[in-house]
Amino acid sequence: MAWEFDNDRPIYAQILEYIMMDIMSGKYRPGDKIPSVRELAQEASVNPNTMQKALTELERVGMVHTERTAGRYITEDLGMIQSAKYNIAKKYAADFIKKMKELGYSKSELNDLLDKHTELWEEEADG
Amino acid sequence: MDNIVWECENLSKKYGRKVALDGIDLQLEKGKIIGLLGPNGSGKSTLIKLSNGLLTPTRGKIRIDGHEIGVDTKKVVSYLPERTYLEDGLKVYQIVEQFQDFYEDFDASAAYDMLKDLKINPEARLRTLSKGTKEKVQLILVMSRKAKLYMLDEPIGGVDPAARDYILDTIIKNYNPEASIVISTHLIYDIETILEDVVFIREGKVLVHKSVDEIREEEGKSVDEYFREVFRC
Repeated sequence: MAWEFDNDRPIYAQILEYIMMDIMSGKYRPGDKIPSVRELAQEASVNPNTMQKALTELERVGMVHTERTAGRYITEDLGMIQSAKYNIAKKYAADFIKKMKELGYSKSELNDLLDKHTELWEEEADG
Repeated sequence: MDNIVWECENLSKKYGRKVALDGIDLQLEKGKIIGLLGPNGSGKSTLIKLSNGLLTPTRGKIRIDGHEIGVDTKKVVSYLPERTYLEDGLKVYQIVEQFQDFYEDFDASAAYDMLKDLKINPEARLRTLSKGTKEKVQLILVMSRKAKLYMLDEPIGGVDPAARDYILDTIIKNYNPEASIVISTHLIYDIETILEDVVFIREGKVLVHKSVDEIREEEGKSVDEYFREVFRC
């Protein structure tokens, strides 16, 4: 199944986000070997050079590294994965808060709503 | 230049008084999958036919891998024509054998692997196959050559979505950083993500030559949307 891409942004940037999500969600674990450019390009149905560009960028920021000829590996720097995760979470939170403000929610109403829903979340996790 | 696989200078082609290509200057790089995009009658097929020696230019020259069009370029260019030229009376394996005799760079085992993937029986006679299956056979033959330049004229025009996915998959799988693939089409949406560069042609002139991600970055829209805007009637 090919990956889905938005129309209004470069494809390589979106590939980058897909792979970042796979790292944060734990699909790829720290130290895991990732598939080759060709395999990933086939999976995503994208140009291999575009896939290469995304991986080069991930390498530049240190999320993956190349072991000579052995392939590419996810970083084992947990702090780095955590902080990347935190940055994305902050962005989601900012987007969410902006939308809630537009709906006219006050801060305390928003906190109540979150409390109520995180309770539901915990029940789901327990059940 | 070393990284150029295909180039033309001041290339023109007229059919009688009708101008199909109007003084084109263009260079295509090695190791890229390039979309040759334009509406019907824009000059895409003329450009591809000139590159394969099926037509001769009215003015200007094309060089492929440093050579003018001729025996040297036919050795390195694998061409998928818009219409099939395979003999209907032959069986699939006989056509594979023909290709093997004809092209030094043909990899028969790659062809049989792909035929198997698509569940095409090598013993089948071509005339018994559907139009779409014939197109797949032809694409398999073209992609089984280890060429420096593949020129595919409307490869996804007549096939169903599943076959289209297989074709795109085949193109990615066979991608080799030393070779380039030129795909002419007006169905951009389906192939946009596998292209690296695009060339827009209109009325025999090159309008745009950019990378897909450049267009997305600069225009904030997909190549497909951009194309529709540029070629709005």
